Amino acid sequence: MTQTLAAQINSVLAALILLTAFGLLMQRRIYGLLHLFAWQGVFLSISTAVVGYTAGLHHLYISAILTLALKVFALPYILYVLIHKLNIKKDVEEMVNIPTTMLMGIALVIFSYHLTAPVRELSTLVTKSTLAVALATVMLGLLMMITRKKAVTQIIGFLALENGLFFAATSATYGMPLVVELGVALDILIAAFIFGIFFFQIRTTFDSLELKEMEKLKEED
Amino acid sequence: MIYSISIECLQIAFVLGAAPLFVGWVRMLKCWAHGRASAGLLQPYRDIYKLFYKDVTIARNASWIFRAAPYITFGACVLAGGIIPVISTDLPLSLSADVIALVAVFAIARFFTALAGMDAGTAFGGMGSSREMMVASLAEPAMLMSVFTISLVAGSTTLSQMVHVSLSSPLVLRPSLAFALLAFALVAIAETGRIPVDNPATHLELTMIHEAMVLEYSGRHLALIEWAGEMKLFLFASLGVALFFPWGMAGVYNPLMLPVAFVSLAAKLAAIGAAIVLVETRLAKMRIFHVPEFLGIAFILATLGMLSFFMLE
Amino acid sequence: MLILILLGINLVAAAVLAATGDKRYAPEVNILGSAATFVASIFLAVQVYYEGQIIAGREFFFVDEFNVYLAVLTTFVSMTTAIFSRRYMRHEQERGRVGKVAMRFYHAMFQVFIFAMLLALLTNNAGVLWISMELATLATVLLVSLYGTPSSVEAAWKYFILCGVGIALALFGTVLLYFAAEKVLGEGSAALQWTNLASVSNRLEPTVLSLAFVFFMVGYGTKVGLVPLHNWLPDAHAEGPTPISAVLSGLLLNIALYALVRCKALVDGATGNGKAGQIMMAFGITSLLFSAFSLLRQKDIKRMFSYSSIEHMGIATFAFGLGGAVATFGGLLHMLVHSLTKSSIFFTVGHASQMHGTQEMSKIRGLIRGNPLVGWGLMLGVAAIAGMPPFGLFTSEFLILTATIKSAPYLAPLFLLGLAVAFAALLRKVMPMVFGPAPESQGSLHPAHTPVIVHMVIVLILGLYLPVFLSQWLHAAVRLLR
Repeated sequence: MTQTLAAQINSVLAALILLTAFGLLMQRRIYGLLHLFAWQGVFLSISTAVVGYTAGLHHLYISAILTLALKVFALPYILYVLIHKLNIKKDVEEMVNIPTTMLMGIALVIFSYHLTAPVRELSTLVTKSTLAVALATVMLGLLMMITRKKAVTQIIGFLALENGLFFAATSATYGMPLVVELGVALDILIAAFIFGIFFFQIRTTFDSLELKEMEKLKEED
Repeated sequence: MIYSISIECLQIAFVLGAAPLFVGWVRMLKCWAHGRASAGLLQPYRDIYKLFYKDVTIARNASWIFRAAPYITFGACVLAGGIIPVISTDLPLSLSADVIALVAVFAIARFFTALAGMDAGTAFGGMGSSREMMVASLAEPAMLMSVFTISLVAGSTTLSQMVHVSLSSPLVLRPSLAFALLAFALVAIAETGRIPVDNPATHLELTMIHEAMVLEYSGRHLALIEWAGEMKLFLFASLGVALFFPWGMAGVYNPLMLPVAFVSLAAKLAAIGAAIVLVETRLAKMRIFHVPEFLGIAFILATLGMLSFFMLE
Repeated sequence: MLILILLGINLVAAAVLAATGDKRYAPEVNILGSAATFVASIFLAVQVYYEGQIIAGREFFFVDEFNVYLAVLTTFVSMTTAIFSRRYMRHEQERGRVGKVAMRFYHAMFQVFIFAMLLALLTNNAGVLWISMELATLATVLLVSLYGTPSSVEAAWKYFILCGVGIALALFGTVLLYFAAEKVLGEGSAALQWTNLASVSNRLEPTVLSLAFVFFMVGYGTKVGLVPLHNWLPDAHAEGPTPISAVLSGLLLNIALYALVRCKALVDGATGNGKAGQIMMAFGITSLLFSAFSLLRQKDIKRMFSYSSIEHMGIATFAFGLGGAVATFGGLLHMLVHSLTKSSIFFTVGHASQMHGTQEMSKIRGLIRGNPLVGWGLMLGVAAIAGMPPFGLFTSEFLILTATIKSAPYLAPLFLLGLAVAFAALLRKVMPMVFGPAPESQGSLHPAHTPVIVHMVIVLILGLYLPVFLSQWLHAAVRLLR
C-alpha cells in the first residue's frame, strides 16, 4: 500500500466517520442510533489499522482491536441489553428540529476546520487533514448531547464524542502512548457500567428515561 | 466548428429520441420486478404518438400561459439536452452555458409548469403547483451545492470542462465526490418526481405532485409535457453519468470515440434504470411532510462533500 | 517504592472494604487505610524535603514540592473525613437512608477515589493524569446518587454528563499537547512526561499549545467548577452524603486546579506571552463575583457552601493566572487552607443537617444551644472561609490582594467586591442558624469532634504564623511554577 493510497483511504474513512456523526444527529430511532454508532466504531477501527500499517506502528493494531471490541461490540451490546431490559420506547425525539440541528452541525464543522488550521499547517503526517474531522466529530457529539433529551441518546452522544477524541489521537499524532490508550479504554468501560446502573436508578426514581423530568435542581429565586 | 455543431445536433436528436426508450426500459424492468407482463420497450413512443393525434381541450378561463407552458417546458428540456455532455464534450452550447445556467433552465421549465397548474383554477392544479414549488425550493440549493462540489474538484463550472478534467485525471478516491454523488442522487429523485418523493404512476388526489399540475392537459400539450418529463429523467441520469462516471465519453474532435460513447452510455443508463427500479420497488412513497427532511439530508450531504473537499483533499 | 505503597494501601483498603464495608468495624478499616496513606505520604514528603525531586518507577511517577504538598493534604483530609464519616454514616444507617450494599459501595469507592486523586497527583504522565481525573469522577458519580432520591440522581447525572464532556475536551487538549511534544521529544510516553515537557517547554510549538490550553481550560476548568462551567458543582456537592461533599469540595477541586496549573506553566513556557494567565484570571474573577452574588440567594446549606467552593477556586485560579511569586505563593496557600476549612465546614454542616433532618437553612436554628461543638465549629469555619483574621484564609487572600494591587490594580476593586459580598452573604445566612434558641424539632446526636477541631486549629495556626518548613516548601513550589 502506498502512502498516497493510504492517505486517500484514510480521508474516505474520515468522511464516513463524519457522515455517521451527522447520521447520529438526525436518526430518530434508538436502534438506528446504535447501528450508526457501531458503524462509526468500525470506520474508526479500520482507520486506526490503516494508519498503523502505513506508519509501521504496531501498537496501533492493539488500539484498533480495542476499538473494535469496545466500540463495535461491547458498548452497543451493553446498550442494546439495557434498552431491551428497560423496555424503552423505540422512538427518540429531539429538542430542536432536524434541519436546524443539521445547520448547526455544519457550522460546527466549519468552526473546527478553522480552529485546527494552525495545527494542520505544522503537521507533516499523512493523516494531518483528518484532525479537523476529528474535532468536528467531538463537536457534533457535544451538539447531540445538548439537543437530545433522553438519557440513552445523551450517552450515545457522549460515546460518539469519545470516538472523535480517539480519532483525533490517531489522526494528529499516530496514537497516544499505549498506557494512555489502555487507560482511556478502561475509563470508558467503567463509564459504560456506571451509565448502565444510572439507567436503572433514573428509571426507578423517575419512572422514565426522559431527562425533562429532571429539572428539579434549579436556582430558585 | 462544423464538426461540433453537427455533434450538438446529433446529441439533441439523440436525447429527443432516446428519452422515451429509457423510460420504457425503466417501466419494463419495473413490470418484471413486480411479476407483471410489460407493455414493451416502445410503449412510451406509442403513448406520445397517440396523444399527438388527440384533440386539445382547454379550460375556458385558461390564459396564454396554459397554452405556452408545454412548449416552454419542452423547449427548456431540449436546450438542457444541448448543454449536458451526453455523448461528447465537444458541445458549443455547453461552453456558453455552465452548470448554473443548466439549473436555471430546469427552473424555468418548472416555473411555467407550476404557473400552468394554477392557471386553470382547479384545486388539484394549485395543490400540485404549491407542492412542486416546495420540493423545488428545497431541491435546488442541494442540487447547486452538489454540483459546486464537483466544480471545485474540476476547477470549473462549465460542464464539458468538468467532464474533461475528470476524464483526463487519474483515478483518486475522493470522499467529496462520494458525498456529492449521494446528494445528487437524492436531488435527482426529487427533481424527476420518482419514488419515494413523488409517484409518477399515481393519480391519487392526496399523494400526487407532478401529475396534479398537469391534470388539465390533453392532446399534443400533454404529449409535449410527457416527452419533456421523460427527457428530464433521461437528462438527470446522463448528467449523473457525466459528472461522476464520464469514462467512455468522446472528447474534442474524436469522432471515432462516438460509437464507444453510445455503447457505454447505454450500458450506464441501463444500470441506472435498474437501480431506479430497485429503489422504487423497495421503498414506499414517503409522506409529503418528510420530503423537506429528505432534501435536507441531500443538502447536508452536498455541504459535507464541499467541506470534505476543503478539509480532506 | 514508597509511592507504590502509598497507592497500594488505598487499593487494598478498597478491596477489603468492598467485601466488608457493611460490617460494624468497616469505618475503622476505612480510617485505618486512610491513616496509613497519610503516614506514607508524610514519609514521602520528608524524603522530598531532604532529597528534592524524586522520579521513580521508570519515570512513571515523579514527586516535587508542588504535588507532594497536595498529596499530604489529600491524605490528611481523607483521613479526617474518614473519621468524620464513621459517626455520620452510622447515623445515616440508623435513619435508614443507606442499606448494606450501599455502605460497602460507599466505603470501597471512598478509597478508590482517594487512590485516583493520589495517582493524578503523583503521575509523571499528562495522559495518566487525565485518566485518573476521569477515574476520580467516575468513582464519585454513584456516591452522589447514593441516597437514590430524585434530586440526588439528577445531580449525579448532571455531574456525570457535564464532567464527562468537560474532561473529554481536556483529553483533546492532551492530544494536542502530545502532538506538539512528539515533535521535540519523539514518540512514546516520554513525550507526555511532565519532567521532560517542563525542560523543553520553550521549544514546543506555541500555536498548538495555545489551542491546547483552550481545551485544558474548558476541560479541567469544568472540574474546577469555574463559572460558567460550574453548573454541575452545587448540585453534585449538595446532594451526596456529606463526607463526599467534603472531599469533593476540599480535594477534587484542588486536583483539577493542579492539572490546570501544570498545563499553564507549560503553555507559558512555550508562548511566553502570558495569555494563558490572562484567561485564567478572567475565569477566576468571574467565578469569584458570580458565586459571591449567588451565595445571597441560596436556601440549601450545602448548596451555599458549594458556591463558596466555586468562589475560592475562583480566587486560587485568579492567583495562579496573575503569576508572580507573591500571587502564586498566595494561591498555593489558599488551596491548602481552603481545603482544610471547607472540609471542616462540611463536617459541621453534615451534623447540623442531621440534627434537623433537613438541609434547608430556614429550618436550621440555634446550633450553639443544641450542640456547642457543631455551632461553634460552623461559626468559626464560616468566619475563616469568609476571610476573617486571624485564620489562614485571611493570609492567603491578603497576599493575593497585594499582588493584584501591584500587577493588575484595575481588578483589585472587583476582587474586593467579590470578597465583601461573599463575606456579607455568608455571615447573614449563618448567624441565624448558629445563634438563638434551639427549635423543638432539633434532635441530638453524637458528633465527630476530632476532625473539626484539628482542622480549625491548623487553619488558625497557619493564619498566625507559617511554619518554616511549609514556607520553604511553598517557595520551592513557587519556583517550579515560574
